[in-house]
Amino acid sequence: MLSPDIVGRTFVGANSFAVTQESITEFCLAIGEPDFSVAPPTFSIKITLAESETLLKDSGLDWNRVVHGDQRFEINRPIIAGDSLRCSSTIESARMVAGNEIVSVRSDLHHETELVASSWSTLVVRA
Amino acid sequence: MSNYVVGQELAPHNFTINRELLVGYANASGDQNPIHQDEAFAKSVGLENVIAHGMFTMALAGRYVSAIAGSGTVKEFSARFLKPVVVPAGLDVELIVSGKVLEILDSAIKIEITAMCGDIKVLGMSKAVVKVK
Repeated sequence: MLSPDIVGRTFVGANSFAVTQESITEFCLAIGEPDFSVAPPTFSIKITLAESETLLKDSGLDWNRVVHGDQRFEINRPIIAGDSLRCSSTIESARMVAGNEIVSVRSDLHHETELVASSWSTLVVRA
Repeated sequence: MSNYVVGQELAPHNFTINRELLVGYANASGDQNPIHQDEAFAKSVGLENVIAHGMFTMALAGRYVSAIAGSGTVKEFSARFLKPVVVPAGLDVELIVSGKVLEILDSAIKIEITAMCGDIKVLGMSKAVVKVK
């Protein structure tokens, strides 16, 4: 179980993620997207899931038992090469359902002061 | 003015998922969980076989959504991972993605997305908001 005192807290990642054209092109090629001009809508998972993994492992959660339950993105503008994205993650809820722990994490990605995209991941920790 | 109407079915698109593509996605996304690449490992944790990253399946559905009005038009996108996409060695698994217009918004449309592997629905509650002219 996650400690209840971390629920609701926001953790700001130590480093910002420099978005390169190479990283966008690589992601596009991996999913078969022919237009490399902007990052595809799910590109930000590359940043946010790694941040969530670090945060939740540091909080004592067994990452090996984690299954992705659902995912939502709100995209204010497409991510582009040259963005320097800082990720802040908030554990919005953690609850037990039928022996599984269900953790909901919100991640906001800012370029300087601009909120570029937000995402919500529900992670299920199998019993 | 939008040319869309509520209830309109959008043409489906077939995507391919195979082991090579999963390796490529693992490298591009950074998600190197062995359940998506290593059959022995996947079976050791109780899975039927290697399974696709849920986010790879969602990324393919994202391509479908992006193609409606062009890159950079997707404002919202969500999905629930209902069932894993099982990917046996040496096989191409077919993912069929289709869409239906749910709502006409101010210069945008809300779409419901369906993603099927054979008769198995793999994404649920999947919706997207796309900016349209």
